[in-house]
Amino acid sequence: MSGPAVAAAGVWKYFGDYPALRDVRFELREGECLALLGRNGAGKTTLLRILGGLSGASKGAVEINGGDVRASQTRARIGWLGHSIGLYDELSARENLRTFGALYGVTAGMISEWLAKVNLAHVADSPVREYSRGMRQRLAVARAFLHGPRLLLLDEPFTSLDDKAIALLQGLLAAARADGATIILSTHQIREAMELASKVALLDRGKLVHFGERTEEMVGDPTYLYRTYGSAA
Amino acid sequence: MTTLRHAAAIAVKDLRSEFRTKESINSTLSFSVVILLLFAFAFDPTPDMIAEFGGGLLWIVFVFAGALIVNRAFARELPNDCIDVLVSSPASGASLFLGKAVAAFVLLFGIECICLPVFGILYNVTWWRSLSGMMGVLALGTWAMACVGVFISALTVNLRLREVMLPMLVYPVLIPAILPAMMLTNTLLTGQPLPSDFGVWLRLLVGFNIMFTTLSVYLAETILVR
Amino acid sequence: MRTKVILALGAVALPLLLRNLYAIMFLVPDEMEQGPIYRIFYYHLPAFFTAALCYLTALVSSILYLLKKDQKYDAIAVSATETGLAFAAVNLITGMIWGRISWGIWWAWDPRLTWALICWLVYFGYLMLRSAIDDPTERAKNSAVLSVFASASVAITWKAIEWWRTQHPGPVLSIRTGGVQKIDPIMENMIYVNTVALLFLAAIFILVRLRQEEVQREIDALRRYAHAMN
Repeated sequence: MSGPAVAAAGVWKYFGDYPALRDVRFELREGECLALLGRNGAGKTTLLRILGGLSGASKGAVEINGGDVRASQTRARIGWLGHSIGLYDELSARENLRTFGALYGVTAGMISEWLAKVNLAHVADSPVREYSRGMRQRLAVARAFLHGPRLLLLDEPFTSLDDKAIALLQGLLAAARADGATIILSTHQIREAMELASKVALLDRGKLVHFGERTEEMVGDPTYLYRTYGSAA
Repeated sequence: MTTLRHAAAIAVKDLRSEFRTKESINSTLSFSVVILLLFAFAFDPTPDMIAEFGGGLLWIVFVFAGALIVNRAFARELPNDCIDVLVSSPASGASLFLGKAVAAFVLLFGIECICLPVFGILYNVTWWRSLSGMMGVLALGTWAMACVGVFISALTVNLRLREVMLPMLVYPVLIPAILPAMMLTNTLLTGQPLPSDFGVWLRLLVGFNIMFTTLSVYLAETILVR
Repeated sequence: MRTKVILALGAVALPLLLRNLYAIMFLVPDEMEQGPIYRIFYYHLPAFFTAALCYLTALVSSILYLLKKDQKYDAIAVSATETGLAFAAVNLITGMIWGRISWGIWWAWDPRLTWALICWLVYFGYLMLRSAIDDPTERAKNSAVLSVFASASVAITWKAIEWWRTQHPGPVLSIRTGGVQKIDPIMENMIYVNTVALLFLAAIFILVRLRQEEVQREIDALRRYAHAMN
């Protein structure tokens, strides 16, 4: 495909009269991985939510592979992993994946395959409530990757994960990239993000103050980006 | 077609998790029975009185039960932010709404079907004299409650006072549906031949359902995409 | 600019209201059967017209908000709803006073009274919902949707009235009776003139309220800016 995988054209988001996002514009080609950086309240989550179709832009537009986000077939290509795990505690792992799978048209065979892949096959039929933190997180990762998304939107994916889940997620992300999927992740943990990213974006109070290639300085020095492009405050 | 398939998946999920925890089924059912008991104490009803306000009493119990059931419709998605995953999935806002409304309808209808015989025993009423008509009216009134209630619960789900707010908003809007449901139920309870204004009330109830189902389906996406 | 409009409206409304009050009290004749209490009717009916027009304005601007997503329409919707509630309260209270004298009771479960009360509750719920939502954009959207719902419900309830036996006096204005003159033309004209006066008053209320809404939004935005600075 020739067009950009993700295109944000002058996206504004208002809360009342306050602009939480101001004229954000960027394009990502297929197979790129964007690390979205910025302080708390800079608008990272707001931007991700708009890209994932959870929230509408007040002005401007977002296109995923040239299509509107709120078109059903566009969202079928998106995998979403938010702050929370997005799973039902009272249902079993298999029932959870079946519910979401039904919305994406995923087969039962694929679900079993994923349960084995995240090492939950032996407890697949007990309710998620009984799982340990790590198990829940692995299931959440499986849920986000279940339908083979072409665009992955991850909000602070590494913050709440334990080591095993981080390793699993990094492996899956690397595989997805090798497969040509596009990834956007917002994060505080600059180091983990930099290892994966090909592009870096810095949001400051709703403005996209930097968007460009990841460079070597950024990987070595976690504060480099903020020092160079962030505001003085 | 896809909309209905997605709605069915949501409805099945909602019903499954409700039957797993039985949170609202148990509380709503016992609440309804307690209200039926309280009314019996309060009015010490004679058969004549029941003929006059039996339908009203039943629907008061049902709307109380309805508020408890629809309150859970979107509140169920709050822990773990499941609503985000649902909205970002290919399912449209309309199908999410429809699935939840159908699940609430099934739960509420089931509870009503248990309440009816309890009402019959406590108040000595032979409520089954026109069973099919009764079930029809019950279904129409219940769909009105499920549809309006679930839709408004999507508006109030993030509010601190949602348990109070929801009935405050839902009940006045529901009046044009509950009123004919009460009138029709009253008539059906007495077992008398249907009076001439029966058709008018039925039309009102059906019209309400068509209008609000259309409105809700049309506006669901606006509400769910924040 | 808006201050001038408000002052100009006030300059028209105040003398008109005073003149109408004088005319209602001293110039129009007594009604044959009811005696002087019927004069309350000159406020009862115009207040209803004004409230109805406010509710309609609120519905239209709510729909416009949903189509255009412009906060301006949300401000108009809330201002019109609040003003409508105030005039609906005048309508209800004058009706109750009249009922106490004419029927001997403050309240009858007459469909039209019931409808007015339901209406009041529905729109009061709208204001309750607004007060509970913090984010102005979310508040505007959710309350616009509720306003559409409320209006639909209120319209159906209104229709239901016609299928009910009613205790409330039937329509008397010639526009509602198909040209049949049921009341003295002097009385009918008085009603229209006072409706105009109350509409002016409603316009003033809405404009003042609109400004409060704008200031409130500005304060909210400034607070958010302040939080973002830290």
